Amino acid sequence: MRPDEVTNMAHGNAAAGHGDHHRPPKGVMRWLTTTNHKDIGTMYLVFSLAMFLIGGVMALLIRAELFQPGLQLVDPGFYNQLTTVHALVMVFGAVMPATVGLANWMIPLQIGAADMALPRMNLFSFWLLFFAFVLLISTFFVPGGAPAAGWTLYPPLVLQTGNAFPMAIFAIHLMGASSIMGAINVIVTIVNMRAPGMTLLKMPLFSWSWLITAYLLIAVMPVFAGGVTMLLTDYYFHTSFFNAAGGGDPVLFQHVFWFFGHPEVYIMILPAFGIVSEIIPTFSRKPIFGYEAMVYAIASIAFLSFIVWAHHMFTVGMPLAGQLFFTLSTMLIAVPTGVKVFNWTTTMWRGSLSFEPPMLFALAFLFLFTIGGFSGLMLAIVPADFQYHDTYFVVAHFHYVLVPGAVFGIMAAVYYWLPKWTGHMYDMNIAKWHFWLTAIFVNVLFFPQHFLGLAGMQRRIPDYPTQFTDWNMVSSIGGFGFGLSQLLFVWLIIRCVKGGQRATAGVWDWPHGLEWTVPSPAPYHTFEKSPELH
Amino acid sequence: MAQDKQTGQYYFPHGSRLPFFGSASLFVLMAGAAATLNGASIGVWVLGVGFLLLCALFFFWFGEVIRENQAGALFYARQLSVPWLGGDGAKAVTGLLWPDFEASWPSNGPGALSPRDNGSYEIIPAFGLPAINTALLLTSGLTITIAHHAMKMGNRGMLKIFLALTFLLGFTFLGVQAHEYGEAYREHGLQLGTGIYGSTFFMLTGFHGLHVTVGAIMLVVIWLRCMKGHFTPHQHFAFEAVAWYWHFVDVVWLGLCRGSASSWQALHRDRRQYRRGQDRADAIPVPALRHQAVLRAKRPESLPRGLLR
Repeated sequence: MRPDEVTNMAHGNAAAGHGDHHRPPKGVMRWLTTTNHKDIGTMYLVFSLAMFLIGGVMALLIRAELFQPGLQLVDPGFYNQLTTVHALVMVFGAVMPATVGLANWMIPLQIGAADMALPRMNLFSFWLLFFAFVLLISTFFVPGGAPAAGWTLYPPLVLQTGNAFPMAIFAIHLMGASSIMGAINVIVTIVNMRAPGMTLLKMPLFSWSWLITAYLLIAVMPVFAGGVTMLLTDYYFHTSFFNAAGGGDPVLFQHVFWFFGHPEVYIMILPAFGIVSEIIPTFSRKPIFGYEAMVYAIASIAFLSFIVWAHHMFTVGMPLAGQLFFTLSTMLIAVPTGVKVFNWTTTMWRGSLSFEPPMLFALAFLFLFTIGGFSGLMLAIVPADFQYHDTYFVVAHFHYVLVPGAVFGIMAAVYYWLPKWTGHMYDMNIAKWHFWLTAIFVNVLFFPQHFLGLAGMQRRIPDYPTQFTDWNMVSSIGGFGFGLSQLLFVWLIIRCVKGGQRATAGVWDWPHGLEWTVPSPAPYHTFEKSPELH
Repeated sequence: MAQDKQTGQYYFPHGSRLPFFGSASLFVLMAGAAATLNGASIGVWVLGVGFLLLCALFFFWFGEVIRENQAGALFYARQLSVPWLGGDGAKAVTGLLWPDFEASWPSNGPGALSPRDNGSYEIIPAFGLPAINTALLLTSGLTITIAHHAMKMGNRGMLKIFLALTFLLGFTFLGVQAHEYGEAYREHGLQLGTGIYGSTFFMLTGFHGLHVTVGAIMLVVIWLRCMKGHFTPHQHFAFEAVAWYWHFVDVVWLGLCRGSASSWQALHRDRRQYRRGQDRADAIPVPALRHQAVLRAKRPESLPRGLLR
């Protein structure tokens, strides 16, 4: 909702009397049985943080191995398991659950709903995800080790996986079921449960970004599930989907995978767009510039994400018309993305800026995500892509959009809403230290990988020619700096949960939106009666 | 969650153990399936336990929803779902992006994967048993509509009869389908491993059959609820939801039948080309594959027969 309408909002409906039946049970049973959107959101966020650390340890092992040429720490097979599971954990365990956790916490608060529409399914969705990761991580301990063919799981290479093969595929099925349930829940909640007067084009941009993300999820998760199911039946039940001898085609899997995989990257970044669109206005003390344009830009990006998938496959070979189409459709995404970047910038124009931690992360997002976007445009050019494909340039590109993009967006959101969740202000000094260390080290970590890739260093290989040593050492130092800085983040969150200066309902200097009308911490039940908007 | 229209108050479902229980049972099911596929002897037992747990989950979960519904909590559904249909643009896209694309269908591949020694197989004609099955499903779509009208008119006798007819037609469909699978396996050389055609045929019809099974079970549950006196002429969302699902299964079948019929036509076109003396290997566009096909034509014993793995 837009800030000019906030002042008239009904107050006092938030903490109205609760009966005892609304109190959660104590101890572990609370978390096993809760149907409360705030509890479930908290579980998602904690799970995501844990996965971020686990996936981060894998990344540090990779960077330690790459610190110098030659094979030092891990054997090449295990190295490939690390790159594969690092990706799966970060994509499905860290980034996606974090945005789902934020959606759970914030969408009902932003649209004035009492809870998510389907609370039991909400809990089901969380625990499915938990067990999916139990299954996936346990593959490290079975004969043959974890999957090692890369997160893209291309056949025929992936068919060399040992006992982990069906486990990984079933884990993906569980994750997919969980994501689809979460997405349905978001759509049903937003479509049905907005407070009276909260028309769609008054809805906060974070909720908007999630509504569109949810459609992407529902559209592509079944495609991925279908693709891996065909892998499974090819492996165990003699089907020929990806077997050329039977008239199938391994390239079909790549098409299926990327028809899922490309929208998937927008599933990770669109909620971050929404978050940044909340934060920049707050700390510019100005409403967002071009609200409707922002909504339409997200929708166009989402649409375009379905017709660009084969740009991941230029080197596989395709007709000239196909190369032209996928190059141009990919470049077209720069238009709505440019609209968003310029609107964020224009929101700050002549604003009264202040640089609290959420704003710092949002600004870093703005600059660094844009770098990732530009390298994406370079990759969209077919002849150039022939050189960049499968090099560290690609690694640098997608880490720029995912780490200072999606992850910075999530961290910005945590710094923005943490006082609302815990009722305490966090330590601003630690937060600023965390920001500056993270923002500097993330560049030390990933920027040199552009140079390595352009010079021809291949991805997914534990060794490299000696001329790549210097930049790999720089990158590894950046990696360890980045990883260790995150311990500050964990420490800050723990301290903030335990105590600190009381937060007011508004928390920030220029709060806008329904979530800032309820006390901090937000009571266990909010908006049991819909707020009235005028 | 439901909202009381008069007071604007929301109904909160209380905390529930079922989601955790359900996730754990799915985990057991998946772990069991993985262990079975990896050849562990305990796998089947774990799989069985997981399946039983899952059945229990459905029983308890839907039981709880039904109880809440009977107690007056309205699980409303604003009917906004738009059918996500499409796909006719596919031809235009293929023509534009892949001008040299040549369909080669039906096919069991250059390896001629088939249980038969000569690598041949027949596809199921669309106008035999599949036509009967189409009639069965379409009729069941009609009977469930009659049952729905009976429900709305308050004619419970007719409702029960036509609902029962619907799921009986559904189970008959499944029986015919099983018979057809048996014929395909035994007589037509058409198996899951018969190249890409066998894979596609059995995966599509198999998953459809799975959905028919689920739909028929749901119809039985709704029928039992009707026998117990649930639902009113104005409040029967569960019935409607199952009816939607049943129609969806129906529509998917029609799509499958159309695909199957066009395979049949394609095959006959192929055979006519054969009669005109056209070499089949020439029709395969990729040189490497053509090479394999020629190899097969010359030395059939040099390639593994039956199921390649």
